[in-house]
Amino acid sequence: MNRLMPRLLMTPAVATLFLWMIVPLVMTIYFSVIRYNLMQPDQTGFVGLANYEFFVTDPSFTVSVVNTLLLLGSVIVITVLGGIALALLIDEPFPGRGLVRLLLIAPFFVMPTVNALLWKHMMMNPIYGVLAQVWLFFGATPVDWLTDWPLWSVIVMVAWQWLPFATLIFMTALQSLNREQLEAAQMDGANYLQRLRFMVLPHLGRSIAVVIMIEMIFLMSVFAEIYTTTGGGPGDASTNVAFLIFKQALLNFDAGVASAGALFAVLLANVAAVFMIRLVGKNLD
Amino acid sequence: MAKKSSLSPALVARTLIAWAVTLLVFFPLGWLFLTAFKTELQAIAVPPELFFTPTLENFHEVQERSDYLLYAKNSLVTSVLSTLLGLAIAAPAAYSMAFFRSPRTRDILMWMLSTKMMPAVGALVPIYVLAQKSALLDTQLGLIIVFTLSNLPIMVWMLYSGFKDIPPEILEAARMDGATLWQEFRHLLLPLGLGVLASTGLLCLVLSWNEAFWSLNLSSAKAGTLATLIASYSSPEGLFWAKLSAASLMAIAPIIVFGWFSQKQLVQGLTFGAVK
Repeated sequence: MNRLMPRLLMTPAVATLFLWMIVPLVMTIYFSVIRYNLMQPDQTGFVGLANYEFFVTDPSFTVSVVNTLLLLGSVIVITVLGGIALALLIDEPFPGRGLVRLLLIAPFFVMPTVNALLWKHMMMNPIYGVLAQVWLFFGATPVDWLTDWPLWSVIVMVAWQWLPFATLIFMTALQSLNREQLEAAQMDGANYLQRLRFMVLPHLGRSIAVVIMIEMIFLMSVFAEIYTTTGGGPGDASTNVAFLIFKQALLNFDAGVASAGALFAVLLANVAAVFMIRLVGKNLD
Repeated sequence: MAKKSSLSPALVARTLIAWAVTLLVFFPLGWLFLTAFKTELQAIAVPPELFFTPTLENFHEVQERSDYLLYAKNSLVTSVLSTLLGLAIAAPAAYSMAFFRSPRTRDILMWMLSTKMMPAVGALVPIYVLAQKSALLDTQLGLIIVFTLSNLPIMVWMLYSGFKDIPPEILEAARMDGATLWQEFRHLLLPLGLGVLASTGLLCLVLSWNEAFWSLNLSSAKAGTLATLIASYSSPEGLFWAKLSAASLMAIAPIIVFGWFSQKQLVQGLTFGAVK
C-alpha cells in the first residue's frame, strides 16, 4: 500500500460527484447571464446581472425563502420532538411492540408522489376526505386544508414521512443507554423529568444532530409534495425556493431567470452546509 | 399479555397510548389499503364505508390501462443497478476516508453532503440537455446514472461511519503480513463491514425506488418508474380514488414489504455512527 493508493480509491467518488456538480453549475452560470427564454429562442445575448435582479426583486422570492425555512424548521421540530416522545414510549416492552415498530416505520417507505396524493385526496379533501368527516362528526365546519392552510398541509405530509425515521434512530440510540445508571439515579431520588433532562437527552445528543443533518439534506429541496398537491399556491403561499425555480423554468419558460435562482439555491445550500458543519461536524470524527 | 404479574397500570397505559399513536400514524396507509379494494362510489361515500365487499376490479384496470409490470420492471432494474454501482464507487472512497484520514477528510465529506442539499430542479435544464445530447433520455441507463450520483453522498457517509467502527489495527496487521489490497478487502473489510454495506444498499434501494423528481423529468413511456405511473393517476378532479389507491398500493407494497423484512438491518446503518 503506497501513499497514492488512498487518494486513488477516493478518486471515482470525488471525480463523479465533482462532474455532477461542476458541469451543471458552469452551464447554469452561463445560462444565468444570457437572455434564455424557451419560448423566444431568437432573443439571445448577454444581459449581465439582469436575471439575478429579476429573481431577487420578484415579490415571490422573499416568500419562498421564508417558506423554505418554515418548512425545514417546522418539520425538524415536529419530527425531533415527536420522535423522541415516540421512542421513549416504545422503548420498554409492551404487548405488540414488534408490530408497532413495523407499522410506525411504514410511512418512511412511501414514495413522495403517493404520500402527496393520499393526503391531498383521501385525507384532506374538504368534502369526501377523512378529516372532513371527522370535523363533521364533531359538528365543526370542514376545513379546505390545501386552500386555507397550504404550507401547513405540506408540512404535515412531509413530517408524516420523516417522523418514523426520527423515531427509529432515537429508538436505536435509547437501546444503548445504560439502564443501571438510570436505576441508580432513580434510587437516589431523581424524578422522571430530571432523568430525562440530565441523562436521556444528553445521551441522544449525537442522534439528534444526525437527524437534523439528514433532514436538512433532504428537506431543503422538497418538491414532489408541493408539485402534486398545491402547485405552490394559492398565490405563493406554499412555494419554496426549489418550486419557485421550477415555476420560472417550466411555467414561465425563463431558463435564464431560473438559472439565476438556481445559483441562489446553491448559495443557500452552502450557507446551510456551513451551519451543518458547525452543528454536527464534530460528531463525525 | 399473559405474563404472570406484570399487568401494572403503567404497562396498560403505555400499551394503550403506544397503540393509539401508532394507529393514528399508520391510519392514512391503512385507509389507502382499504380504498384500493372499494368501488369508486364506495371510495367517496359519505359517511365513509368501513364494511364492504372487497373487489379486485381496480387492480385489473390498473394493469389494463397502463402496463404496471413494465413500470415495476423499470423500478426494479434502475434501483438495483444504481445501488450496486453506488456501492462500487462509494465503498473504496469510504474505506480510504475511514482508514487513511487526512486533515481534509471532513471537508471532503461535508462538500459531498452539501451537493445533496442543492435543489435538483436547479440542475434540471443542464442535465436534461446533457441527457438529450447523449441519447440517455427515457432510458434505464440514464436513470441509473442519475440515481447513483444523487445517492452517492449519503452512501459514502453511511459507509464511512460504519467502517470507522472497524478497528484499524486488524487491517494494519494484515497489511504488515503482506496482504494485497484485494485480499484485505475480500477477507477483512467485506466480512467485518457486511452489516453497514447491507444497510447502505438497503437505504439506497428504497431511495431509488421512491425517487420522483428525476424519473418524472427524464423518463416517460419506455423507462418510466412506478413513481411516474402514480403521477399519471393524479387527475385534476381526483375522483378516481379507488383506482389511484390500487395503483399506489401496487407501487409501494413491494418496497414496504421489503423494508419490513430488512428493517433491523436498515436501522442499524441509519444511525450514521450516532450510536456507539
